[in-house]
Amino acid sequence: MQSIMKLRQVRKAYTTGTVTFEALRGINLMVNRGEFIAVVGPSGSGKSTLMNIMGCLDIPTSGEYRFENQLVNSLSPNQLADIRNRKVGFVFQAFNLLPYATTYENVEIPLLFAKVSGRKRKQRITELLARLGLADKAANKPTELSGGEMQRVAIARALANEPDVILADEPTGNLDSASGAEIVNIFRELWQSGKTVIVISHDVSIAEHAERIVRLKDGLIETNGDLSREQPASGTDNQSLS
Amino acid sequence: MQFSTIYNIFIRDFRKQKKRLTLTLLALGWGTISIMLLLAFGEGIHRQMHINQKGMGEGIAILWGGQTQIPFKGLGKGRPIRLHAEDPQFIKSRVPDIKYITGEYHRWGARVKYKDVVLSEHVSGNAPEFEQMRNFIPDRGGRMINALDVKLRRRVTFLGDQLKVRLFGDEDPIGKRIQVHGVPFTVIGVMIPKMQMSSYSGMDEDMLSIPNTTFKAVFGDPWLDNIVYQPYNINDMENVERQIYEAMGAKYKFDPKDERALGIWDYAESSREFNNMMTGIKLFLGIIGGLTLLIAGVGVANIMYVSIKERTREIGIKMAVGARKSYVLTQFLIEALIITFGGGFGGMAISYVMTEGFKRIPIESDVLEFMGRPTVSLEIGLIVVTILGIMGLLSGLFPAMKAASVNPVESLRYE
Ligand SMILES: Nc1ncnc2c1ncn2[C@@H]1O[C@H](COP(=O)(O)OP(=O)(O)OP(=O)(O)O)[C@@H](O)[C@H]1O
Ligand SMILES: [Mg+2]
Repeated sequence: MQSIMKLRQVRKAYTTGTVTFEALRGINLMVNRGEFIAVVGPSGSGKSTLMNIMGCLDIPTSGEYRFENQLVNSLSPNQLADIRNRKVGFVFQAFNLLPYATTYENVEIPLLFAKVSGRKRKQRITELLARLGLADKAANKPTELSGGEMQRVAIARALANEPDVILADEPTGNLDSASGAEIVNIFRELWQSGKTVIVISHDVSIAEHAERIVRLKDGLIETNGDLSREQPASGTDNQSLS
Repeated sequence: MQFSTIYNIFIRDFRKQKKRLTLTLLALGWGTISIMLLLAFGEGIHRQMHINQKGMGEGIAILWGGQTQIPFKGLGKGRPIRLHAEDPQFIKSRVPDIKYITGEYHRWGARVKYKDVVLSEHVSGNAPEFEQMRNFIPDRGGRMINALDVKLRRRVTFLGDQLKVRLFGDEDPIGKRIQVHGVPFTVIGVMIPKMQMSSYSGMDEDMLSIPNTTFKAVFGDPWLDNIVYQPYNINDMENVERQIYEAMGAKYKFDPKDERALGIWDYAESSREFNNMMTGIKLFLGIIGGLTLLIAGVGVANIMYVSIKERTREIGIKMAVGARKSYVLTQFLIEALIITFGGGFGGMAISYVMTEGFKRIPIESDVLEFMGRPTVSLEIGLIVVTILGIMGLLSGLFPAMKAASVNPVESLRYE
């Protein structure tokens, strides 16, 4: 299988004042194209940190991160911006929609940065909104939407430029179980349509759908394996790096 | 980054954030207007007072005869000291610091006649130096008394502008002959109107000037009524005064310390006081203007600052979905430029229209006249707009630059 993301000895340190804290302490991970991975682990274990790095929202302090064989550490800010724009769709727990913009306009933003023509933008947005059941909410602002709807707008935005990879950091964390289930379903469909999907979740239902579970603890991968493995070996890191 | 992309998003964001942008625009515009109007009126009043002040002349002194108070070399006190026609020349030869000096005669209630109009007017016998010293500036088509007029005792006359109206109405008086004290005179000029706030012998606009030599011949006055002089340097006034007392004391035999022997009105003293006052007013207006500018600047900065959190998140979101740094910065720059141009130059334009409108208020009023003509200064306007623009730009652009330079996660986390 073709690998799309490859992390080798990735570390991330945060410095607050004089105190340096290592949130990631040497992550080795390989993600294959078309995989559905659930990232789990206790709070503070470094899940979001890892996800931000994989989504090119942040860069590692040391170690190597390759996205589609490009060494991300060495990319310029503009190249990183272009990856975020076209190659990965990121879904946040807190939605991160522009508060003053309508559903339509929020979904339009990545298309504008990708210089998609007006006619194509309209076509693409209409299609996405219909697919996510938001057709009648096109003119509403985020404050006029429910949590589930906001998260669907965020997913539509993440899908705007048809990225191969969808990354989601606790996408159901702010939602009730019914809305959460809807969102989980969407991710499953996306995976089925061929996208690589990586989701951080405490939500067991997502983990149930995933092909593989990556369990983090204290900035390290504790277990890495598919669901059938009840008791994964501790040295899985090397095995996953082919 | 493609222009159309920036344009698309910019126009959209601009519409969406109308409230914030309008507020910034208003703060900047209001700041500009208040400072510009303040300084425009200050400048107007200053100019007007300066014109009024200059009416009688600048840096001059008036010298009269007097009466001795101190006995001197066997001569008793109470002796009158009178000024003679040759005294100005005498003083000038003794006091080299004097630039202009001339003797003046006065006759009030002289009969002045032109055709059927007969008036009783004030005649002054003076000399060409009055043009410089006393602002006897001729209006177009005419001239002031010249040296030859004085030398040849010509019967020529220079009219105050109000007197001209009384005598001639709308008629052009240049070259016309009038009778003064029964003697024919030719009108050679009319004084341009001026505001005069001080005088020692009535208003110049109501006066009829003839050469002082002619005056002596026509009216036969034995003594000068007064002398007007102007030193080269206004700071030499007191020095010159002392030297005049010494020279005249020697000539007319009085104690140079006898202050009553001559009378001198140091009008430059008033000018100096006036200048001090004007400097004070200007300083005051400057301070008020500076404070207003500061308040306006803080207002602009405040609006910018208040929206930092919101804007940082906005930038974070845009960067997270693929905006390049250049796009974010271009947007902020365009925004700042629009605000600066719109608010600043709009404010300048409004100030201009307001002051122009004020000048056109058709009310005849001494108060309005004293307010003068408010004058908008382009330089001050540009300075104000630049300072406010820079303050707005810095307070808006720096956080934006910071937000655009860090990783999107950091901007998204901004609290
Ligand atoms: N910007 C930062 N500065 C300093 N420390 C940070 C920063 N971001 C994260 N950390 C620290 O790094 C560690 C990992 O954080 P991270 O957000 O990745 O955890 P997480 O696994 O996503 O937790 P949660 O399940 O609560 O979201 C935490 O201890 C956190 O305090
Ligand atoms: Mg997290």
